[in-house]
Amino acid sequence: MADFESLIDALRLAGEDPLQVLTPDSAHLVAYDHHIVGLQSIPGVVVLARTEQDVIKAQVTILEGFTIAQPIHLCFSLLDRFGGQNVELELTLQPGASATVWSHCLFAHAERAFHAMQAQVRLQEKASLRYQESHYHGLYGGITVRPRARIRLDREARYLSDFSLLQGRVGLLDIDYVIDVGADAVTELTSRVYGHAADEIRMREQVNLEGERARGLIKSRIAVEDEATAQVLGIMHGNAAGARGHVDCLEIVRGQGTVSAIPEVQVSHPQAKVTHEAAIGSVDPRQLETLLARGLEPDEAVDRIILGMLG
Amino acid sequence: MVMGVLLELRNMSLSLGQRRVLDAIDLSIASGEIHALVGANGAGKSTLGYAIMGCEGYRPQQGTMLFEGKPIDELPIQARARAGITLAWQEPARFEGLRVCDYLALGASQGDPGAALEAVGLAPAEYFYRPLDKTLSGGERKRIELAAIITMRPKLAILDEPAAGIDLLSLDDLIAAIQAMKSTGSTILLITHVEQVAAHADRASQLCGGRIVCQGETQAVIENYKARRCRRCDGETCNHG
Repeated sequence: MADFESLIDALRLAGEDPLQVLTPDSAHLVAYDHHIVGLQSIPGVVVLARTEQDVIKAQVTILEGFTIAQPIHLCFSLLDRFGGQNVELELTLQPGASATVWSHCLFAHAERAFHAMQAQVRLQEKASLRYQESHYHGLYGGITVRPRARIRLDREARYLSDFSLLQGRVGLLDIDYVIDVGADAVTELTSRVYGHAADEIRMREQVNLEGERARGLIKSRIAVEDEATAQVLGIMHGNAAGARGHVDCLEIVRGQGTVSAIPEVQVSHPQAKVTHEAAIGSVDPRQLETLLARGLEPDEAVDRIILGMLG
Repeated sequence: MVMGVLLELRNMSLSLGQRRVLDAIDLSIASGEIHALVGANGAGKSTLGYAIMGCEGYRPQQGTMLFEGKPIDELPIQARARAGITLAWQEPARFEGLRVCDYLALGASQGDPGAALEAVGLAPAEYFYRPLDKTLSGGERKRIELAAIITMRPKLAILDEPAAGIDLLSLDDLIAAIQAMKSTGSTILLITHVEQVAAHADRASQLCGGRIVCQGETQAVIENYKARRCRRCDGETCNHG
C-alpha cells in the first residue's frame, strides 16, 4: 500500500492527476522496480506481463477492429534511490484497432539508477495508435534512461507519439527509435525535453518511409540550460514513390548548455520527397524584447518562450 | 519640462556602427496626443522607436530622454514598460505554444482581451484560443499586436508601421483601433508611411537622414513630406525647407 502511495506521489510530481490516470476500468500495467502491482485487461485489450530474471516482459494487444475509448495506461517506476529496471514490451494493434496509450516513466527519487526499455511495436493494417509518453526523473539527475523501440506500421496505419520530459532533471536520456512506415501509413513523432545542470540528452529517431505514399514527421523541441548537453539526430529516409517526410528540429540554449541537431535526410526513390529544418540558438531576441515590452522580467520572459516552445 | 509633455527627447543622437542614424533629435510628445512620425525608408523612424523603448543595440550615444519628466536613459526595456511605454513592432514576433488569449493577458495587461480583439476587427470566438505562431497571417498577427497594446493601456504606445500588412479595406479598423487606444488615455507615437493613417494624428514630425526636418500641424508636415524634397537626402546636402 505504501508503494502504491509512493506511485501516486510520483504521478503528482510529474504533473499528472492520479485519479485521471489510474482509473479502475481502464486497461493498465503498473510496475515498480521489477514488481508488477497492477495488471488489467478489458474487452478488446489483452495485457500480459511477468517478471523473468530481472526483466519485466509485457505484451499488450489491441484486438482487431476494436476502438478503445479509455486510454491504456502503462506505468513503470523506481521508488528507491538506487536500483534499476529492465522492460521488454511488445505492443500490437491488430487490423483496424485504435487506441491511445498513456505511458508514464517515474523515477522521482532516483539518485543512481537506470531504466532500460526494449519495445517492439506493430500496427497492422489500418490500425491507429496515439502514444503519449511522459517522464519524470526527479531532482537528482542520477538516472540513466535508455528507451529503444522498433516500430512497424503496415498499410494505412497511423502512429502519433509525443514524448515529454519537462519537469525536474533529465539525468542521462538516451533514446533510439526506428520506425518503418508502410504504404499510405502516417507517423508523427514529437519530442519535448528540457535539460538542466549536467543533464545529457541523446536522441536518435529514424523514420524509414518504405511504402508508397508513406508520410512521416520528426519534430523535436529541446531546451538546455546550465551545463546540460543535447545531441539530436532526426533521420528520415524516403524509399518509395510518393513518400513525404519532414524533420523539424528547434533547440534553445541557455547558459553554458550545448546542443547539436543533425537532421539527416535521404531519398532512394525519384518520386519521394524529404525536407528538413533545424534552428539552434539562444532565445530569439525579438521574442524576448516583445515580452519585455509587455512588462515581463527577463527570466519570466525566457521561461515563457521556452515553455511555450516545449508545449 | 513643459507642462503636459509626456516624452521629451533632447539632442538625442545614435550611431549604428559608423553610421549616424539619429542626429540631434529634439522632440516633445504631449500627453494624450497622437503624434505621427513620417519619413522615407531609412530616415530613422523605427530606430527612434526602438531607442525610446530601450531595445538592445539602440542606446543613444548622446542626449537625454525624459518620460513624465524623469530620465529613462538608464532603464532597461522592462522597466520602461512598467513605467508605461510599449512598442508594437512592424513585424511582430510569433510564439510557438503561446495562445492569443495568453498573450493578451501577459505582463502589464489590464483591459478586456475580448473587447480589444473586437476593436481590431477580430472575432474573439475565432481567435482567442489560436496559437500565436506562423498559422496566423501577417495581417492577423499585426491586429493581435494592436489588441495587446489596447489591453495593456500604456501611457505611451509606439506603433511602428501599424498599417503594413493590413489590407486597404481594413484601414478603417486600424484607425478605429488607434482612436480606441487614445480614448483609453494612451498617447501614441505613430510611425507610418500611410497618409490616410497619419492624417488622424494631432501633430506630426518628419524625419529625414536621422534629423527632424519638419514638425507641427499634421497636414502641413504631410504636405512637406509629399513634396519629396528630402527623398534623396544624405543628411548634409539636402535643403529641408
